[in-house]
Formats: sequence, C-alpha cells, structure tokens
Amino acid sequence: MKYDDTIVAISTPVGTGGIGIIRVSGSEAINIVNKSCDKNLLKVESHTINYGHILDDERAVIDEVLIMLMKAPKTFTRENIVEINCHGGVIVLNKVLMQIIKNGARLAENGEFTKRAFLNGRIDLSQVEAVMDIIEAKTELSLTQAINQLDGKLSHKIKMYQQELLEIIAKIEVSIDYPEYDEDLSVRFEADVKRLCSNLKVLLQTADTGQIIRDGVKAVIIGEPNVGKSSLLNILLEQNKAIVTDVAGTTRDSIEVYFNIEGVPFILFDTAGIRDTVDTVEKIGVMRSKQLVEQADLVIMVMDSQKKVSNNEKDILQSIKDKKVIYVQNKIDLGQSNILSDDDIQISTVTGDGIEKLKQVMKDTVMNKGISIEGSISNIRQKQALVNAIQSLDKAYAAIKISMPEDLIVIDLHESYGHLGMIIGETLKEEIINELFEKFCLGK
Amino acid sequence: MLYDAADIDVAVIGAGHAGCEAGLACARLNKKTIIFTMSVDTIAMMPCNPNIGGTSKGHLVREIDALGGEMGKNIDKAYIQSKMLNQAKGPAVHSLRAQADKIKYTNEMTQVIQNTPNLLVKQQEVTQILVENNKVVGIKTNTGAVYNAKAVIIAAGTYIKSRVLIGECIEHIGPNGLKSANTISLEELGIEIRRFKTGTPARVDGRTVNIDEMEPQYGDENITPFSFSNTKEDISRKQIKCYLTYTNELTHQIIRDNLDRSPMYSGVIEGIGPRYCPSIEDKVVRFADKERHQVFIEPEGEQTQEMYVQGMSSSLPEEVQIKMLRSIKGLSNVELVRTGYAIEYDCINPIQLTHSLELKNISGLFSAGQINGSSGYEEAAAQGLIAGINAALKIDNKEPLIIDRSEGYIGVLIDDLVTKGTKEPYRMLTSRAEYRLLLRQDNADMRLTKKGYDIGLVSESAYNAFVQKKKSIETEIKRLQKVYLGTSETVQNILLQKNSTPLKSGISLFELLKRPELEYNDFNEVNDKRPELTPEIIEQIQIELKYEGYIKRQLIQVEQFKKLEKKLIPTDLDYNDVYSLRLEAKQKLEQLRPISIGQASRISGVSPADVSMLLIYLEQLKRGKNNVRNRG
Repeated sequence: MKYDDTIVAISTPVGTGGIGIIRVSGSEAINIVNKSCDKNLLKVESHTINYGHILDDERAVIDEVLIMLMKAPKTFTRENIVEINCHGGVIVLNKVLMQIIKNGARLAENGEFTKRAFLNGRIDLSQVEAVMDIIEAKTELSLTQAINQLDGKLSHKIKMYQQELLEIIAKIEVSIDYPEYDEDLSVRFEADVKRLCSNLKVLLQTADTGQIIRDGVKAVIIGEPNVGKSSLLNILLEQNKAIVTDVAGTTRDSIEVYFNIEGVPFILFDTAGIRDTVDTVEKIGVMRSKQLVEQADLVIMVMDSQKKVSNNEKDILQSIKDKKVIYVQNKIDLGQSNILSDDDIQISTVTGDGIEKLKQVMKDTVMNKGISIEGSISNIRQKQALVNAIQSLDKAYAAIKISMPEDLIVIDLHESYGHLGMIIGETLKEEIINELFEKFCLGK
Repeated sequence: MLYDAADIDVAVIGAGHAGCEAGLACARLNKKTIIFTMSVDTIAMMPCNPNIGGTSKGHLVREIDALGGEMGKNIDKAYIQSKMLNQAKGPAVHSLRAQADKIKYTNEMTQVIQNTPNLLVKQQEVTQILVENNKVVGIKTNTGAVYNAKAVIIAAGTYIKSRVLIGECIEHIGPNGLKSANTISLEELGIEIRRFKTGTPARVDGRTVNIDEMEPQYGDENITPFSFSNTKEDISRKQIKCYLTYTNELTHQIIRDNLDRSPMYSGVIEGIGPRYCPSIEDKVVRFADKERHQVFIEPEGEQTQEMYVQGMSSSLPEEVQIKMLRSIKGLSNVELVRTGYAIEYDCINPIQLTHSLELKNISGLFSAGQINGSSGYEEAAAQGLIAGINAALKIDNKEPLIIDRSEGYIGVLIDDLVTKGTKEPYRMLTSRAEYRLLLRQDNADMRLTKKGYDIGLVSESAYNAFVQKKKSIETEIKRLQKVYLGTSETVQNILLQKNSTPLKSGISLFELLKRPELEYNDFNEVNDKRPELTPEIIEQIQIELKYEGYIKRQLIQVEQFKKLEKKLIPTDLDYNDVYSLRLEAKQKLEQLRPISIGQASRISGVSPADVSMLLIYLEQLKRGKNNVRNRG
C-alpha cells in the first residue's frame, strides 16, 4: 500500500463540453508528464499554462493539449500537480491517461486527491466528511461485485495465468527454503516465464484493439419521436451522476452518457432531443438509431404505452430481433398500458415510476443473460495492472538470461503476481506459503 | 507453607533456548535474574533435531549474535559439522546450518549461565504467576517459595499441560520424558490459550545402523562460524558425517496398514500440527504418489551412540515404528533408544502480545518461544533475547527494542506472531521476509550490532571491530570507483579467462565487478593499491556491487514501509469513533490495537479503505479533538 506515490485520474466535470481534464499529483508528477509530452516542462515556471502535445511511446501525437503546471506546496493537494486539458473525446482521454500511467503514475482511487488534500493539511475539517463518503462508497462496492464485472472467460484466464505464476514461484521458494528437497525444481522455469509473458502480451494486445478494453456496456435508447427517450435519458442521468460527453470529430449530435448501475458500467447512446426539428427527424432518427444499434450490446426500446404499435415500430422491432432488448412502456401515468408482453417494463418519466425496475433489469440483463462485458478489464485500472505484470515478467526473464540467482529473479515474479492479483482482487503472501505446503512434501 | 524467598528483578520460567537467552540478556543488563527450570540437567536441551540453523533459522542465529545473544557462540563451541546451504543461489539465501553435539551444547550453555553475574538458575517448578492490578509482582514455586519480581518472562516451551502420544500409549508428560507443568494456569490471568501439536522421530543406536548402505553427507571444508566474534580458525575442528537413506514401498505399506493406530488419524490428537513438519504418516497419506522419502541419519553427539532419524517423525505405536524403520535400507537391524512421539501442549495466542513480547493486559509479564505458538530452537532463542532485553529496558523505564520487518528476520518473526497470530506452530521461512535481499546472514552485524551495543549487550571490543569492518567496506567501495582499468592486454586476458566480454573502452573496477561472472580477487594483478581485506569484507563489497539494482529497489520499498510504521496510532483509540470502518475491521483493530498504520495494514481483514479511514481520523485528531464528530 502506498500513500504518497504519484497518482492520476480523469477529472472531467459532469456535463461539460468537449474538453477533458487529466490531473496528476505527486512528487513525480512533473517528471512523468514531461516524459509524455513534447514540451520541456522541467523548465517552465509554476502556475503556468503551456501548449503542447501528448505523445505515445513512438512519439506520435495522441492529442493537442494545454498543460497547467503547479508546483508544491501551493496546490490543491500540496503536492506537485499537473493538469492536462485534452480536446479529444473519451477515447483520446483514456489514451492520454494510459500514457501517463505507463510513464509511472498510478491511477487514483476514488476521492484520493481530496484525501491527500486533507491529509496534507490543505482542506479543513468541514470538508472531510465528503472525503469519507467517497471512500465509503468504494468500500461498499464489494469485491465479489468487482470480480463479477469481469467477463467470465477473462477472469478465468487471468486466474489461470496467476496460478501458473504461483506454481513457478512456489517451486523457487521450495528450492530456497528446503535446499535438501529431493527433486530439482529449478530445472526449466525459464521457458515457463517466457510462455507466461507472451500469453499476457497477447491478452494486452486484444485489449488495445478495443476488443476487450472498453468502458462499459454499450446501450442504445431507440423509439419513435415523442415516446419519451430524452426524458428517460434525463431521468437516468439525474439519478446516476452520469458523465456526458460530446464526441469530438463526429456529428456532435450524438451523446454518450457514462454511468454505473450498482457497479456495472454503461455507456448510453442517444440521438434524440438534440435537434428536434420536425421535418426530417423521423427518417434521420431511425437511420442513426440503426447505426448505433448495430454496435450496441443492449437496446432499450421505448414505446408509448397509450398507443398501439405503429408500422414504424414494427420495422424497428424487426431490425433488432437479434439483439438483447429491453422493452419499455412509457407514460403509464396517463392510464392503462397497452401491454405488448409481460416482460415489458412499465415506467413513467413524469412520476419516476418503474425507473428502479428498469435499472435492475438493465443490470440483470448484463450480469445474468450473457452480455459480455469483457469491457471491465477494460477499465484502465485493470489494464494498468496487466501492463505492470508484463513489465515485471520481462524483468524476471532478463534476469534469468544473465543467470541471476533464483532468489533475485523471484522478486520480479512476486511483483508480477501482485499486479495480476489487483485485477481479480487477490493478494499473495499466504497464498505462496499455502502452495508450498500443499504441493510439496516438506519437513524434517 | 509459603515463604518469602527473595526480591529480584526478573524471573524467567524455563531454561530452554528462549529462557537461556532471556535470562542472560537480563543479567547482562544488570538485572538480578533467576531462571526456573524443571531440571537443571536439561538447560538448553535440544529435544528434537540435533542441529542449529538452516534456511532462515541460520539468519536468526546470526542476528541473535549481532545483538549480543548467546546461541551463535554456543553452537560454535558445540558443533560437529557445519554447512552453508544454498551456496548455488543468491547471497540472501545462503544459510548456515550446524550439527550439534547435544550434550556438549547443554554443558556449554550451562557453564555460561552459571558463570554469569546477576544470574541464578534454580530447579523449581513455577506454579503461579502473581499479578496485582494488571501488573506482574512475582511468582510462586512448587516448594512454597515466593519471589517478588519486577518482570516475569514465560519461556515454558511445550511443557504446559503437555501430553505425549505413542500409538495407544498416552502419558501426561513433557518432552523427552520430563515432567509436564500442570499446576500453573495462564487462563486464570485472562490469557487466551491454544492447543498445538508437534512431534519428533525415534533415536536409534548407532551400532545397529549400517552406514555402508547409506550415502555419506559431509560438512563444508571452508566453514563459516555463526558468531561474528569467531574466525574459522578459532573454531576449526574435525567434522563428523551424516547419512542419507530412503523409505520404500514396504515402509509405506507398513504405515498405511497401521494408520488406524496413529493418534493423528484416529482423532485422539486435537492439537493443530505444523504443515511444514509433517509426520511420516502424513507424508505417506498426503503425497501418496511419492515412491520414496528422504531419511537423514544424524549423530546426536560424540559421547553418545544415539542417532536422529530425520524425516521419520511419528506417533505410531512403538512396534510399528520398529517395523517401519527396519524396512529402510541400512536400518534392517536397527534398535531404538528413544521412541518417536507426538506431543500436544498449551500455548498462548500471540496476538495478545505487543512487539516487545509483553502481554498487552498484564504489565511486566513477557512471553517468549514455543509458548507463543512458534516452533524451532532458533525462533525460541530470538524471542527470548528480545523479551529479555525488553524486560530489562522496561525496569529501567526505557523505550523497548523493536526490530522491524526491514531490519531482521527477528522483526518478521515477531511481527507475524503478534499481528497475524498463527494457526499452527510457526516456523521461520525466508519467503516470509519481504525484504529478503537486505536481510542476509552475512550482513546481520551491519543491521543489528549497533543496536546491541547501544543497549549494552555488545562489548566495546566487538563493537570496535564491527565499526572497523564497516569502514573498510565503505572506503574500499569508494576507492573502487576511482580505479580505472584501460583496455590493456592484462585486463582483456583476465576477462577472456573468465568468459567475460572484452572491454571496448576504459571502465572503473567498480563498474566492471558488477558483471556476475567476475570476482574481486580476479583483478589483483591490476588492482595493486588494494588494501589488505578479509574474505568477509570482500564478500560484502561484491554483494553490494553485483546486486545494486535489486538492493536499491528493496531500499525504496523499505522507505515506503517505514513511513507507515512511523504513523503511530494511540493505543487508547476508540475505534467506534472512526467513521465507517467495516465491522470486521473494527473488531480486529479493537482486539489487536496496532501501534502503527503499518501494522494495522497487515492485519488480515483490514482493507486499504479501512486504513484510509483510520488515516483521516488520525489527521482529524491531530488537528484538534474538539472538532471530531462521532459518526460511528
């Protein structure tokens, strides 16, 4: 556990436009950002705004940015702080974040900036309650939930790799603590380490192509005009501290809304309500919806409970028949619903009735009905852990190559194990001791 | 009839490895001390294996020595074979182990104890620890003697309510046929008790062992003493051999056929045994696919024919033990001298202790060794030394000596016991030490001698020798940075001979020696201004250079670790006031009362979020108690 290393997070305020801010805090903040950009930050004054670019490992531009640099102690956390104002949408923002992490920062826990501000004497006692609430919220999101968020296959894979690593470590530890053990255990762990390393790299590559790493379940709200799509979006928004971002470079009239339902991350796409011009709306709406539907994991089809199913709706229903769909009957406050089937969720965006039920169903559909959110490894925190695990294995392999003794090689293996453990929420130490006595016949 | 016997400073209960170190430390720190034992003939007895040291245990002995303890010096006097284990591996896990002449070991320690000023040893059984107002005031013995004492150290080993089991034969005795302690009650002092189990193999008559059928095992030619105050010349001697043989399918069959007569398997034993020291029954059952198990035959001394049968710990009936031993190559005619047995005993749950090994609820009462749930002579001695030192420091109103996890295996051992507790007899393992590379057996003096000197256990002359050694190492490392080697033929030839890549340009010897294949002495020809250095000093220099990268990494981790150890938690903290601790965390914290955020974070069941809450609460406290709102 560390309390004063350099941390980073996206700190984009809710509901603003295309600019996203990444905040880095800690003694190494300036060095780390400096490694990631084309402007020499080591030479700039404190409390200045600097124009530059964030670069990837190959020095290609990720984004054009403004960098605000503030040196300790006159900062929010009383540590060095660098804030990067990015222009890209969420994808670019995440890339910049990943780059900063690669260069040595750790993704901040919820509320960690504020916590540091408090612990370093920057904010006063009246604000501390808010800090505690944030940490508490995190505590409540239990470990099982966190693991459940992982795609079954993926978490299984990581567990399997972790177990392989544990076996290598245990062999080395046995050979160290029981030098008279009657089998030569150190025989070929070089090959084991190499194989494990390349397996993890494959996993990371899939993540990079976006197959695995995403930010949540893509859900699209569709339906005819005036059935209450925007109202539904707004009500979900109000209740869930969602982040709304305009996607730069696209038409600016689609909205991505990020929010969690009990720990399950969603990205909700909506095209309605942005430009409600009368003329062509129907056609454009359906077309745009169709595009989004194709990419979506989950479709929320909103209908007017007071009307019969229109021909247009029948078309839509036909076009989404291969998708996971939640059918929603809106406007139940106006009278008896015109029920399509028992599975329909009945809501009123005016009274709020049925919204909780809808959220529950959205969550359950994801958790139980097999919508794969491999996405959650997605989450930057887990990707970072994977990157770190690979780095440690690389170091171990390099050490093997120059014939370092086992007890030094194992230092990197331990680290790698710890990083993998962070993805699925398990820690080492006792595991290793247990493995030792479980698998090997040891003793006097 | 009771009588007032004497007013003393410290009473030590037990004269095993913990009791001896504890008593010696107190007496050497000028405390009037008495060690009480069931039998003065069995001071520092080794009732199980005839060796001292081994992986991680050897480290403990070196640390005990660096702090001014006795175990290292005593085994240097009584060893009959010495071996540095793991020499093919890295320096951090080189581990010293010596075979001991058990009788000599006891005799030597007895002499030291009986010749130490301020120290008496008495053959009396302590039957009661006297406590008034949560403060220890003395002890009572079986003969009616009452001693008033300022501190009491329990080092009772496995003797309290012990029970020895050999098949169906069950006796309420202690190890090696000695009396068990059945009167003393720790429960009445409010101490929580556990029931543990351990065991020992048979001792056989050496005349009935056919050593020609076994593989001889030799000691090192170039030995390393345990004590930093000895050189190898000081203790050089002719070494004895041990022997290796194996169990076979017949042995395993005999064991399987008689499992129902093993107290372990028939459910007679309730105590929890150690996984790392399984009985042969256990090995055969749990590792059924292993065709054979190693058996080491180790002489117990030079004045006895007895030999220890390492690997065959058992609680099977005597006749089954005889049968199974006789099925082993080289033992077909073997005669038993002592039968192997399992022993069950009371010990205390060590989370009731502070890091100074004092009971949290009884001031002045300390506890050390197997009674704390550990196992092993070395683990016991290490705790005895620390308990002894801290009892003396407490009487002098001084701060306790606490070795942390980054300073020594002793620190890992004690922190594990008092923070995590233990569900089985606790054995030291190098894999328990997170800063293993820094906690080497070769640098125990660098880590701990100064502490031992400051307390008063390390003599002036030993300390001066240490300071001199340290200085030589530092000076030479600095000098090596300035020794530049060109691409001369001599240098390239040396490299060629050592299969090392030739130089393209000049380099300092400091840099060159980082190559794993090169040694300091390889360059004597071109390093002509080198000072006269002992092998120990050269070893230190080489380790520092070769593993610099790893050492630096561990040092950074240690820095992080120390920061959290320094964030202290008031011992009277009301955890109900800490907002939003999870119930499990609150209970654990209340029970354990950790001294620092670091210790709190190592308690199982306390999450990082709980630690954050604690940190915030402590900061609130710091800024003014009045402002703290109770949200619990």
